[in-house]
Amino acid sequence: MAETALINNLEPPARAGGLQGIVADWSSDQRAFKNVSWGKAMMWIFLLSDTFIFSCFLLSYMTARMSTTVPWPNPSEVFALRIGGREIPLILIAIMTFILISSSGTMAMAVNFGYRRDRVKTAALMFVTAAFGATFVGMQAFEWTKLIMEGVRPWGNPWGAAQFGSSFFMITGFHGTHVTIGVIFLIAIARKVLRGDFDVGRRGFFTSRKGHYEIVEITGLYWHFVDLVWVFIFALFYLW
Amino acid sequence: MVDIPLDTVAGIPPAEVGEVELYHPRSWWTRYVFSQDAKVIAVQYSITAMAIGMVALVLSWLMRLQLGFPGTFSFIDANQYLQFITMHGMIMVVYLLTALFLGGFGNYLIPLMVGARDMVFPYVNMLSYWIYLLAVLVLVSTFFMPGGPTGAGWTLYPPQAILSGTPGQDWGIILMLASLILFIIGFTMGGLNYVVTVLQGRTRGMTLMRMPLTVWGIFTATVMALLAFPALFVASVMLLLDRLLETSFFMPTLVEMGELKQYSGGSPILFQHLFWFFGHPEVYIVALPAFGIISDLISVHARKNIFGYRMMVWAIVGIGALSFVVWAHHMYVSGMNPYFGFFFATTTLIIAIPTAIKVYNWVLTLWRGDIHLTIPMLFALAFIITFVNGGLTGLFLGNVVVDVPLSDTMFVVAHFHMVMGIAPIMAVFGGIYHWYPKVTGRMLNEALGRFHFWVSFLGAYAIFFPMHYLGLLGMPRRYHDIGETAFVPASAHDLNAFMSVAALIVGFAQLVFLFNLVWSLFKGKEAGGNPWGAASLEWQTPETPPAHGNWGKELPIVYRWAYDYSVPGAPQDFVPQNEPPAGWSARGAHP
Repeated sequence: MAETALINNLEPPARAGGLQGIVADWSSDQRAFKNVSWGKAMMWIFLLSDTFIFSCFLLSYMTARMSTTVPWPNPSEVFALRIGGREIPLILIAIMTFILISSSGTMAMAVNFGYRRDRVKTAALMFVTAAFGATFVGMQAFEWTKLIMEGVRPWGNPWGAAQFGSSFFMITGFHGTHVTIGVIFLIAIARKVLRGDFDVGRRGFFTSRKGHYEIVEITGLYWHFVDLVWVFIFALFYLW
Repeated sequence: MVDIPLDTVAGIPPAEVGEVELYHPRSWWTRYVFSQDAKVIAVQYSITAMAIGMVALVLSWLMRLQLGFPGTFSFIDANQYLQFITMHGMIMVVYLLTALFLGGFGNYLIPLMVGARDMVFPYVNMLSYWIYLLAVLVLVSTFFMPGGPTGAGWTLYPPQAILSGTPGQDWGIILMLASLILFIIGFTMGGLNYVVTVLQGRTRGMTLMRMPLTVWGIFTATVMALLAFPALFVASVMLLLDRLLETSFFMPTLVEMGELKQYSGGSPILFQHLFWFFGHPEVYIVALPAFGIISDLISVHARKNIFGYRMMVWAIVGIGALSFVVWAHHMYVSGMNPYFGFFFATTTLIIAIPTAIKVYNWVLTLWRGDIHLTIPMLFALAFIITFVNGGLTGLFLGNVVVDVPLSDTMFVVAHFHMVMGIAPIMAVFGGIYHWYPKVTGRMLNEALGRFHFWVSFLGAYAIFFPMHYLGLLGMPRRYHDIGETAFVPASAHDLNAFMSVAALIVGFAQLVFLFNLVWSLFKGKEAGGNPWGAASLEWQTPETPPAHGNWGKELPIVYRWAYDYSVPGAPQDFVPQNEPPAGWSARGAHP
């Protein structure tokens, strides 16, 4: 699939830029997005669809929060940790957010090294990204445990609107699932990079197609998306 | 036709990408069962969809028996009647029409019509079918679960959908929601394939504006589905949580059977918004492929280019975009700010413009055409009539003041069966009669086909035309037994009995159709490669049925649009898309 991006027959004809360029590309044959491989196009379109899923989740949560007649628990208090005798609001979430954003940085570096065909550095950075992701999920598990111990349940909590717990577990759970899937993908792709699959053109087990380093970038797209979604969850759930 | 001269000057651009090696099946299993070939997947999708569609057909019989002859069939009680309604609606809309148009027609026609060897991700495409099959099996399993399938109505409105007064509260609703979630996951896998294949997998010379309208319809519908199904996915997940964990997303504080439930503070209206944000685009997800198919059928069988091709494309895209801003016209009686009602009524009526463009263009394509009344053409004509009919009643229901008295009456049932039941099914039948020769190499039996058409078409009108009248009388929908009421005259009951008999007859006609499908597979007339003399690419394959990889050694090169019929001076009355213009020598020249 990534093959398509890399084999370019002849020199590509000069293309107009700007709006005219878009019109020219869309009225041309073969491909609407020039120099975009099938795999990358698919990931972008999937992410667009996934954006709608997260938007629906967040809009539903915001509707519930705005229309509830009982008080909404104060996130600054609920998500505070007692460290050294002091309540620090949102400290855990801040660290989680920092870790996840950092993982986007390592991911971007992995993509860069991938295109330089530096197997070891690419794989190492992907493993680091996966480790950051796993840490994030781990801290989320800790946060869930803490809240559950304090009596927060999907169907109710000690402080106010029942939708607090249900929205929290549903949205962070769905996002956490995305991160977990991303971690699994990162590890699988990093293993392939390290083994040199993309240098020798080894065929994928299921698809029987040759892989390419571009898959690192495609995985990266997904990873950055998951980070971006977290920014919205962070802003709309914790900071509101 | 318009843009050929450009090519003769500029030539066809060279191939931008190399050929991707296809997956080659090594055993019977990977060739016919776990196949990654879009054509096999398309047949699998179609057979599964038609099989589950037969279940829904039988359910509609049972409902009609009850409505036509209340009290006669004691094995249909009120609970079962609701379960039949629910399963009939959900199966027909999602598991039959969506799957058949996008999974069936889409898989078969997109690669062939755009000149690709296969979908871009064959493995994902295969997974899509198997997850769809799993979703169907989960859905069917509810018939055998304690409590039976859910009886919440196909809209699954909470709070009643998950309360104990509704049949199927035990397993029916849970498995229904699980099945929908599976369906959406499976569909997304297929849908990504269709979209990327159309955008990035076309052959040389195949510009977007040379694609047959069938591909445009399926493509736009798939994009819409990828954006609309997320809302259903989210609604299903949340309703499932409400049912399983007693969360209160959609459930207000309520007392059930004298007992105060756990729920508090949820919003049933929120579910309706999410559901119809999916539900309204869904109408066009099944209508747009039908529009596309009908455009092609009419053009081929009237031997005339489609009138206003560009307008047809933009109308499809416009309808697709507009359908995302009309959803709340399903909720006029749910309680809404009146200004919202005004907004949604306006957007709803605006959709009539691109739709009317399409209808006029179909009629103008027929105008002075060389109309062959073949079976696909008959179905295409039936589609136009039925769609106009259903569309006109849509104008009534789109207006708030007219909708309020008509809502929840048989008028609504008649409207949506005309517009998104009968009309798309006519397109499905037309499409199957049209492309069956390409899929199997044999023609469907003509006599059986004509019988099937006339019984289905006239029968459908016999069922649904009187239903409008019943609705205007005020006969409510979803009632197991209307009983004795002052506003329903005795004659209405006779009408109901008449409609039920018609429904039984139409149902049996579909058995004739299924028989025809199987019989013609073995005994049908040999079709040859292009029995209709069609210009679009799928009829120009070197083999019929098309072999694995579709195109033999070299991919076709496209020089023109798909509608060059009755071209003056041409040797035949059609010019295939891959036929180079006169004086063009570099045919198939590979860079």
